[in-house]
Amino acid sequence: MTQDHPAIDPSRPQAAEVAHEWRAADLDPVAERRAERQVAGLFGAATLLILASVLIYGFTDYNATVGVPLLGDVNVINVFMGLTFGLGVFCIGAGAIHWAKKLMPDVEVVEDRHPLTSDEEARAAFAETFAAGVADSGILKRGILRRSLLGAMALFPLPLIVLLRDLGPAPTHGQLNHTIWRAGTRLVTDVTYLPIKAADVPVGGLVNAVPENLPQVEEQDGTLNARAKSVIIVVRLNERDIIAQQGGTPSAPWDYQGILAYSKVCTHVGCPISLYEQRTHHLLCPCHQSTFDLADAGKVVFGPAARNMPQLPITVDAEGYLIARSDFQQPVGPSFWERA
Amino acid sequence: MQARAFRRPAAALLAVAFAVLPATGAQAADSARTSGTGGSGSTTSHPSDPLVWGKLLYEEGCASCHGLQGQGIAPSPAIKDSGAAAVDFEVSTGRMPLGTIANQALRRAHSLYTAEETQAMAQYVATLGNGPAIPTQQVQGWENADMALGGQVFRTNCAQCHSFSGQGGALTWGKQAPNLMKATPTQIYEAMLVGPNNMPKFSDQTLPPAEKRAVIKYIEFLRQPDNPGGLDLGRLGPVSEGLFGWFGGFGILVAIAIWIGVKAK
Ligand code: FES
Repeated sequence: MTQDHPAIDPSRPQAAEVAHEWRAADLDPVAERRAERQVAGLFGAATLLILASVLIYGFTDYNATVGVPLLGDVNVINVFMGLTFGLGVFCIGAGAIHWAKKLMPDVEVVEDRHPLTSDEEARAAFAETFAAGVADSGILKRGILRRSLLGAMALFPLPLIVLLRDLGPAPTHGQLNHTIWRAGTRLVTDVTYLPIKAADVPVGGLVNAVPENLPQVEEQDGTLNARAKSVIIVVRLNERDIIAQQGGTPSAPWDYQGILAYSKVCTHVGCPISLYEQRTHHLLCPCHQSTFDLADAGKVVFGPAARNMPQLPITVDAEGYLIARSDFQQPVGPSFWERA
Repeated sequence: MQARAFRRPAAALLAVAFAVLPATGAQAADSARTSGTGGSGSTTSHPSDPLVWGKLLYEEGCASCHGLQGQGIAPSPAIKDSGAAAVDFEVSTGRMPLGTIANQALRRAHSLYTAEETQAMAQYVATLGNGPAIPTQQVQGWENADMALGGQVFRTNCAQCHSFSGQGGALTWGKQAPNLMKATPTQIYEAMLVGPNNMPKFSDQTLPPAEKRAVIKYIEFLRQPDNPGGLDLGRLGPVSEGLFGWFGGFGILVAIAIWIGVKAK
């Protein structure tokens, strides 16, 4: 196929075969003026509506509400600014389309499709020029230039990679493996930071807890990183219901009389979870339904999580308040490459 | 064959009727109790001593599952140490006596017992062991509680199961955390205190009464939240909102696309 012969779809009628239908505005000057007025009207309405939306924003009480059927009581600014601005933009679009449909020429035009390749001559000329360029540059002859250029080009992405790395800092091993829990850190309630007496946690009870020094650490860091890793849930089971724990000896158990502390960060991809069912002792993650059995060393009984929920070893201090025996003995949260 | 049968409206109706049959059966049992035909209804005279009355009601309505001493007859749990608060919660929300067979007790539209009967039973069960009393005192003054604190406590301790808007949510194996929109302040307090069913307990020491009142205040706010956008779509999050977006929003876009494509006359 050469470029003189356009690609033809034989299943479709050709332009010449279709009778052109004239629109009212093409034939009747009155209709044409009406269409013109309609388009101008739409553009005019858009102008007014957009101005109105600014005025509504400027002059309406921020808290005022208005009853709208179906929607109930709605904030005035939300409804009317949204309506006026939205309709304004709509009118601009509607006007443009109306203009195109009614007034711009709508005669059928045939635009043939041609092959995209250039003709033989042009291609041969280009190949010639290219070969001449290669010969002139001497890139084939002068090996040292070719190789040093390749070397420079290969290194060119290096700065980008270095900069990318500095999007970090990449967490050091310590950061991923440790939290701010230390031996002797008191467990305190989240939000209110009250220390927790062991006697105050009933069987079937749940406390969302954090380390006592969390407020100070957050103050210093100015970030939520410490919180993200150290949040725990404290639950109490009947001691006879506990099947297994992640560690501890009879003289230094990880629980305190059936009170267990587990990380709150899902080992799948890290959602904070405290959907604890006190009868089944199951902890459910709402993100992808991983379910951990807190009576059985926090093992995964359902879902995509691959590791047990890490347990925090606890005991009580002289005053009977719950304290950590140590930091977590395994990294909390989702798995990562270098995880031991 | 199945699929064909359901193309007939009558067959489909029949199928629906079978599906709701167990539920209506349970309702029939409920109405037997409320109309007094099931035993000592509130209309008949009753013993003046609440403990005697409560014992009668307990033996009639509860003992067959929970045992005469509240010791529990498997698989029903022991309730002797549940206290008056748990009885009041379970009975006043219509969860007990157990109605429809499900994997958890479900709230009825109306309790099967009057408030007085519930009180009598609660007092009687309180004598069987050690359990929390009905927290009438502690609830007092929730209207003046700190709603901002309540919101924080709610989002930390309650929202994981009951959802940020208090609409409830799914638990494991088809169980669910209920919607909180109908619970009274006393019932909310009792639920935190006694941990009904799979809900954990939040003791008055780790979640002091002032914080519980704050939570109640916040839940009351959730029932009539400021709705600056109107139409809350059930406050279920992306499911109902997405549905609305697909059918409402895309419908409009399709209509506009059709208008653009139509040839002008
Ligand atoms: S983050 Fe918990 S299951 Fe995926």
